[in-house]
Order: sequence, then C-alpha cells, then structure tokens
Amino acid sequence: MIETGSIMGKGKPTFFKEHQNALYKSLEDKHTTIDVDDTDPLRTRMVLNMGPQHPATHGVLRLLIELDGEQIAKTKLDIGYLHRGIEKIAENKTYQEFMPYTDRMDYLSPYSNNVALCTAVEKIAQIEIPERAHYIRMIGCELARISSHLLYLGAMVMDTGAISFFIWTFREREKLYDIFDNLGGHRFTISHSRIGGVHNDLSPVCLDMIRTFVDEFPRELKDWGKLLNKNRIFYDRNNGVGSISAEDAIAMGMTGPNIRATGIAYDMRMFKPYARYNEVEFEVPTRLEGDNLARYYIRTEEMAQSIEIIRQCLEKLPKGPVRTDNAKKTYPSKDEVYYSMEGLIHDFMMTDTGVCPPADVECYHAIEAPKGELGFYIQSDGTGHPWRLKIKSPSFSNLQALEVMLDGEMIADTVVMIGGVDPVMGESDK
Amino acid sequence: MENVTVQEVADNITEKFSDNVLEVTDYQGDTLVRVDKDSIHDVCSYLKEHYRFIYLVDLFGTDRFTSDDRFEVIYNLVSLKHQIRIFIKIRIPEQNPHVVTVTDIWTGANWNERETFDMFGIIFDGHPDLRRIFMPEDFKYYPLRKEFPLLGIPGSLELPGTTPNTE
Repeated sequence: MIETGSIMGKGKPTFFKEHQNALYKSLEDKHTTIDVDDTDPLRTRMVLNMGPQHPATHGVLRLLIELDGEQIAKTKLDIGYLHRGIEKIAENKTYQEFMPYTDRMDYLSPYSNNVALCTAVEKIAQIEIPERAHYIRMIGCELARISSHLLYLGAMVMDTGAISFFIWTFREREKLYDIFDNLGGHRFTISHSRIGGVHNDLSPVCLDMIRTFVDEFPRELKDWGKLLNKNRIFYDRNNGVGSISAEDAIAMGMTGPNIRATGIAYDMRMFKPYARYNEVEFEVPTRLEGDNLARYYIRTEEMAQSIEIIRQCLEKLPKGPVRTDNAKKTYPSKDEVYYSMEGLIHDFMMTDTGVCPPADVECYHAIEAPKGELGFYIQSDGTGHPWRLKIKSPSFSNLQALEVMLDGEMIADTVVMIGGVDPVMGESDK
Repeated sequence: MENVTVQEVADNITEKFSDNVLEVTDYQGDTLVRVDKDSIHDVCSYLKEHYRFIYLVDLFGTDRFTSDDRFEVIYNLVSLKHQIRIFIKIRIPEQNPHVVTVTDIWTGANWNERETFDMFGIIFDGHPDLRRIFMPEDFKYYPLRKEFPLLGIPGSLELPGTTPNTE
C-alpha cells in the first residue's frame, strides 16, 4: 500500500456522516494496489492492477501491467466482467426475440447490431427484404457509425487531456439520439430493424432531421479538425503511440478502423457488400502508420464518408413497403393484426414459433459495424430458435491485439491506447 | 496469380487431402469444408501458405449433443489476397475432447481457443496459455454445452454478499 495524500478528515460531511466517511475511505483504496517486487534491488519493477472499475478503460476492462520503471514490460488483459452469456440466451429465444439483446452488445451503435442479426437471419432463412428497407437500414447504420465514432472521439480526446471536447461531440450525439428517437421510438436501444425489413417507415419529420444533420455535421467535423489536427499536445500524445504493423494486426485478427489504420483496406462493405452498399459510392479510408493518430484520422474520415453515404441514400431512397409481405417470414403490420383475424393469427405464430430456417443448415453473415466486422454464425435445426448462434465481436479481436500493442509502451499512454482501440466491453464479453 | 474462387480452393484441398476431407457443403454462398480432426493443422497451414488465408476471423465451438462426435470446432478464414472466405470444420468426440492448436499458424487464435475451451471444455494441445476467458477459473462447468441449464447452477460461483460491508 502506498501512502497517498489523504482525503480522510479533509472532507466535512454534513449528513450521513458514517456513510460519507466510508465512501471517502473506499475512494482512497480504490483502483491502485501496487505490489513492489522485494527481490528487485532498485525497486523498479512493479505490478499495477487497473480496473475493472476504471473510468478510462471504457467499461469493465481489467489490465494487469508489469512495469519496469515507467515502461510497460508486459500486460495481461482480463475480460469477462460483463459476460452475460447472450449466446446461450440466443439458443433459448426465437430469432426476433433475441434481436433486442443485440442492442446491449455494442451499446454505442445498437442499430448496426440489429441489422447484423437481421441480415444474418434473412440470409439463413432466405428472406428478401424490400428496397426501401435496405436504404433505411443503411441510413441507420451510418448514423450509428457516426454516433459510435463520436463517442470514441470525445472519450479519446478526453483521455489525452482535453475535457471540453467530450461535450462538443456529445452535443452532436444528442442530435443523433433525437433522430433515433424519431426513427424507432427509442433514443438508445433502438431495436428498429426487424427480420424481413424494418419496423416503421421514416416520418417526414425524421427525414428533415436527418437532412439537417447531414448538412450541418460536416462543418462541425471541419471545426474539430482545425482544433485537433495541428494541436501540439494532441498530436504528440498520439503520434507513434500504440503502433502495430500490418502483419501483426492481421496475425492478431484486428478488425475495423484499427486494421485500416495499418494499411489493410478490409471493410465488409467492400469485401462482401450487404444491403445496398454496392449502389452507393464511398471510399474506405486507410493509413499506413498503424498508430493512434492514424486511428483518429481513419475514424474522422469515416464519419465524413458516412455523411456522404447517408446523403446518397436520401437521394436514392425508393418508395414502397418497408417490410416484406410474407406472413410466414416476418411480423404482419399492426393494421392487419388489429383488424383481421388472419393477421392476428400470423402475429401470434410469429411470436410463438418465429421464423424457421431450413433444418441442418448453417451460414455466416457479417456487416461492418463501427468497431469492425460484426458477424453472426447461425446453425439451424429447423425450429424458430437457433441451435447455435456465434457472435464474432470486433472488440474481442481488437482487445487481443491491444495486449500485444501495450508491451513496451509508457504507462502514461495506456489510457490513450485503450481509447484509441475503442473497445466496448458489452460486445467483447458477450 | 489470378484471383481464385472459394470453390477452387475447396476442390483443391479435397484433391490434396482426399483422405481427410469428409464433406464439402455450400449454403447461401458459404463454403464449409469438413475435415477429420487429426489433419486440421496440416489443412490450415496449407491454406495459409498456398491461398494466403492469413487472417483468422473467428474460431469457435458448437455442441451437436449427439453420442458420437459431439463437438465441432469451426474455423472462419479470410484470404485478403483473393477476397474470399472459407469455413473449416472438425468434429471432436465427447470423451477426451482434444485438438491441436492453431496458435502457431495464427497468433490471434489464442483468445478464440481460450473462449472455446471456456465454453465447451475442448482442450487445445500446445496452446500457450489455455485459461478460461469469460468465466473465472474456479468455475467448474462449461456453460455453452447443451446440458448446462439456462439459469445456471446455483452455488457454482461465489458471489459477493448482498449486504454492504459498512465497517
């Protein structure tokens, strides 16, 4: 235990005195337990425990770091603190029932997760969805990507020391939440996508909101670039920090913006276009440096590309239904359920039995979530429940690479690197 | 070299490992090659060398809940050069579920194999650090096996008390 400046006795609680003092005490004992190796004569090697409850680790990530002075000799990551066993839950739910659980995986971009699951189920059950639904999903996915990258940007810049920046990115995220609120009725866990389409069409108000956002957001992005790109402190704290070579990144299975920052243009939207990504024009930004700065540039450029994609989607947005009209494959519309006996029966059957893919088939479908390749591998036994549903979560792969990346870096950069890799524990722990 | 299709890759390994490839299936464009479990290391290194499947996307287990060859391990591989994806599958018996590790081919298989071990109890021989990954070490069960109940097993994990320690 190391002596730190005590806050005990300095605080003068005016109510719940014992509770407050216990709180101060627990605050003092929190996070840092330092073991100094007694056999080390210079006392330079120590083991530092960080997390799982640590504000800078973006969730419940725990790191065990062996330090040599200020340098990290080796690191072990301990994950699983948010393990809820959602793969097990999936085996006991119908496909549609399981969809809201995916919101809770990467909770910074729930829309992408919904779409990932629904497209995977549509692939295995061979369901075609209407054109308009594809475009609405693309708009939703790209908005989710911006939302996720905004949180990355705010949190990462805060990790490097600029506190106020977080508030600015959150002001923009707030607009996105308002859009999602209008789009699906929820601000955070949207669950808007359905197997066979989406739940409801975009309202004119929502379309206006998206248009306004698309028009205004690039200006914000430009302002932020002005602030950060030539900022000495920000630049120096990111440049060359957490470098990883392309070979290592591939070997470790890194994905998403992190692998693109090493020069590998691996993007599921290009690798195997889903939805209607083959009908819009966009670029996959790549960098060669593979460091934290490169990851920052990649993500800001991706946000600009997302805006372009949304703009094209809004132009191309075809008219028509938003859900397929096959009662065996998807939920009927609420109008049918309330006003026709057949609709009611179908609704009941969908809730009770659900979509049944053919027996003994298995397939995999992945989308490009903001964090990387998010895939669902489904094995079907012919019932409405998956026999096995495996989630390939991008954060899991990225964290594995983080373990390698941290070795040899400075302890002060740990937090910046975690911020740069942008893991979400809800997703990696499943 | 010309871009090869996943079909050509599947045909090639069927020819090359004719004794080991058990079946090739294709559903909705996903090609899955099932090989016997002793040849998995050879097949994987062959694929990596000859078709540049340098990127292991995922590796996971499944439980078929049958009396013979109960477990499956599926390897999800991507060749960035040819822009194709292939799945390799092996089956492992319930008794003594051992399979040789592929961490020497893809370093990134490390955590995936740990996860498979954690969830199904499949032991990867030669793995550098085979510990549980999501569940704590003192947990004695394999939660994604079909016989493990959805609600868990009461008392299998020591949880913190519900009354806060206000000393």
